Amino acid sequence: MGAAVIQQHLIDPELCIRCNTCEATCPVGAITHDERNYVVRADVCNSCMACIAPCPTGSIDNWRAVPKASAYSVDEQLTWDELPAELPADALGEADDAAAVVAAIDASADKNAAPIQAAPFRSAAFGAVLPPWSAAHAYTNLYGPKAPAVATVVGNFNCTEAGFASETHHVVLDFGALPFPVLEGQSIGIVPPGVDAHGRPHTARQYSVASPRNGERPGYNNLSLTVKRVTEDHSGHPVRGVASNYLCDLKVGDSVQVIGPFGSSFLMPNHPKSNIVMICTGTGSAPMRAMTEWRRRLRRGGAGPSQASSPAMGGGRGEAAAWGPDSPKFEGGKLLLFFGARTQQELPYFGPLQKLPKDFIDINLAFSRTPGQPKRYVQDLMRERAADLAALLKDSNTAFYVCGLKSMEEGVVLALRDVAEDAGLSWEAVGTTLRNEGRLHLETY
Amino acid sequence: MTTIDYSVKIPNNVNLSEDRTLQRALEQWQPNFVNWWDDVGPEGSTDHEVYLRTAVSVDPAGWAQFGHVKMRDYRWGIFLNPGDASRQVQFGDHKGETVWADVPGEHRANLRRIIVTQGDTEPASVEQQRHLGLTAPSMYDLRNLFQINVEEGRHLWAMVYLLHRHFGRDGREEADALLDRRSGDENNPRILGAFNEQTPDWLAFFMFTYFTDRDGKFQLAALSESAFDPLARTTKFMLTEEAHHMFVGESGVSRVIARTAQVMNELQTDDVALLRAAGVIDLPTLQRYLNFHYSVTIDLFGADQSSNAATFYSSGLKGRYEEGKRDDDHLLKGRTYPVLEVQNGQLVEKEVPMLNALNEVLRDDFIKDSMAGVERWNKVLAKANLPHRLSVPQKAFHRNIGALAGIKMSPDGRVVSDAEWAAKKDSWLPTASDRAFVASLMGRVVEPGRFANWIAPPAIGINKQAVDFEYVRFN
Repeated sequence: MGAAVIQQHLIDPELCIRCNTCEATCPVGAITHDERNYVVRADVCNSCMACIAPCPTGSIDNWRAVPKASAYSVDEQLTWDELPAELPADALGEADDAAAVVAAIDASADKNAAPIQAAPFRSAAFGAVLPPWSAAHAYTNLYGPKAPAVATVVGNFNCTEAGFASETHHVVLDFGALPFPVLEGQSIGIVPPGVDAHGRPHTARQYSVASPRNGERPGYNNLSLTVKRVTEDHSGHPVRGVASNYLCDLKVGDSVQVIGPFGSSFLMPNHPKSNIVMICTGTGSAPMRAMTEWRRRLRRGGAGPSQASSPAMGGGRGEAAAWGPDSPKFEGGKLLLFFGARTQQELPYFGPLQKLPKDFIDINLAFSRTPGQPKRYVQDLMRERAADLAALLKDSNTAFYVCGLKSMEEGVVLALRDVAEDAGLSWEAVGTTLRNEGRLHLETY
Repeated sequence: MTTIDYSVKIPNNVNLSEDRTLQRALEQWQPNFVNWWDDVGPEGSTDHEVYLRTAVSVDPAGWAQFGHVKMRDYRWGIFLNPGDASRQVQFGDHKGETVWADVPGEHRANLRRIIVTQGDTEPASVEQQRHLGLTAPSMYDLRNLFQINVEEGRHLWAMVYLLHRHFGRDGREEADALLDRRSGDENNPRILGAFNEQTPDWLAFFMFTYFTDRDGKFQLAALSESAFDPLARTTKFMLTEEAHHMFVGESGVSRVIARTAQVMNELQTDDVALLRAAGVIDLPTLQRYLNFHYSVTIDLFGADQSSNAATFYSSGLKGRYEEGKRDDDHLLKGRTYPVLEVQNGQLVEKEVPMLNALNEVLRDDFIKDSMAGVERWNKVLAKANLPHRLSVPQKAFHRNIGALAGIKMSPDGRVVSDAEWAAKKDSWLPTASDRAFVASLMGRVVEPGRFANWIAPPAIGINKQAVDFEYVRFN
């Protein structure tokens, strides 16, 4: 998920009272001010949300989708008297490499995102900023840009079917003896070497971890990433995504600079009866793969005993002594996956998971561009499964995770709303509860 | 005394359940606090369930838990910002030494005095504001008032914790006295003058929270630099809450201005009588309220030259605002700072030793911060295409403390004759008839989503709730 369209964090100068609470709270020093405004450094902010709750005004909770290359600079923000308007979709599309991600695998770009509504519907308002109660404790910001961690590439697999245009890599990084604990749903930042067109060092690109907490290989200090090589922009013009090409071209043994981990809310529930509903497109499958694999390891008895190979990766597996019989077991909690892609060929990555038993994971695949078939999107599948989703919405043991392109977010949350309301539930109440209980997580880019 | 599980009842990160001495002290004090709240806390609010923010820990997740609670059952917690035992004193004679985990004997009396003075303002403001709930301009504003009240209560707890934990019997006696003094009581008043003034109406309340709570911000920020680490960490956490109070003030006045500007445009007039007849607060009255609250508040910083201030600084008890961001020697010996005085009928600047002028330094930092907010109010007028502007008076205007006390001065900084003062003071400071007019607008409006005629609704609700959310449930 090399993303160059970012959700830039901004502070509304009309509501802000310059109380300094956000700047004092920010764990990574992303907020600064002059005598006029408080502003956020886009290249430093990691959306950890620590500043949101303490803000007395609500001015802190503003986000704009912008191409990363033209993110509003601090100098620009310091001159504002009010927030800029949202950029139109085509302004984002014409941007650089992340837009290419949008173009290549966008399962919902074709105007199906949301029905026209009288009142504006803000899906982001329902996204939780806290993890569910049974989440494990996440470590964040252990390594920053000034002192990044160094990892070694121990695997780089092109998992795309030969001849297929969009190339997706599975990259495994090993940290050796360096502490770099991660949980499913967290992300890390990759710092590409070299400098950009302005002679400045490249900023880090964020990628979701695709492996479970005890390692891509259980018991090893490693993790995996899902990286799509970005080669064209939204209009099909050739463009080279800096970070994605760097990662896809890495050789085993190469060193990589890593910052993070990031994220303390998009975390899976751990109690044995918890249900997880996963909705994703493209490389948004990375955190879903991580959660599914962790559940799979739990189900196999303990977490990571020497079982047969993991579905997504070949190779032997070692015993993880740290995950013994006291590990939380998986007692009947359901896994429900909605995964959208353009065609069957674009599912190389999650593909093997289709071989998992139906009583372990209920997989629903949507292909928007299968020849001779009508377009189908994740939202369509969700509506088809309304009865099951409604039951899960009513169950306080259920947590929902949405990851993929920004354009899918609203459609997915609207589909959830419709499912809820068709079942006689008030979405306002259900959505608010989901948010407050950390059970609806939106990570889109 | 029944045993209460104080670690549940009192959210804390000071290891209360393990500290028997502290528990015993609080067991004595807590019932008296509740009695005090019942006696002089928000009037008629006992059964209200208020949508309040409660801190249950100091990390971002626990910082702001929202829910409807009865204020009497509010979980007043005791929180210190996370500590760093190796933190070094940043200023004064102890600069570079490790901060103090306990009170050094030689600074005991001064520290106690600082803590008691700060602590005394917290219950005082609750007492000053206790009748305001009866005339709230909206349910949203009523909720904000109550939030401020419970947080002032929590700030009292924070100071009482320091007194109980670090000052033994003296501390316990001082903690009791904090509940005995009363705002405006002739026989047993609160320590500082401004905290014995009335807060008679909501405009005064907004001005008070804008200006006077901002004094709190600067005092707390100066104390958060203290070498006495528990005080530094306590005040650092309090600052996060203080921000809400200033928000209520700044946005409150801003909404009053927005509503007045709207009516001025509708009626195409700035005529005071017409605007008053239309039921909004005219800008000259707003300016006079501003002049009053500003001048009363800057007195709170104390005398412009003070040997106590020098002692507090040199001994590491109280720093300057944002001490860490200043690049001087943090000792200040031999440096000077300009203060104002009147010579031959003229206001002149005089250089005095900076250590003695630290009250003035803090006052000037406050003034800069206050003026920035007034400029934001002016943007509301500019946006409404009105030429009118508000301004803060000269800092020598209407002073009662320090070298400038009692000097007759116009808001624009001219020394004026007694005759001119007498002739013009009614256009500079709120008159009895101004206050009577503002009071006449104060009717209670508490249906969700409705607002009194004299104030505009806020741009957004609290915690992303709708503006017409039921912020207070009356039972």
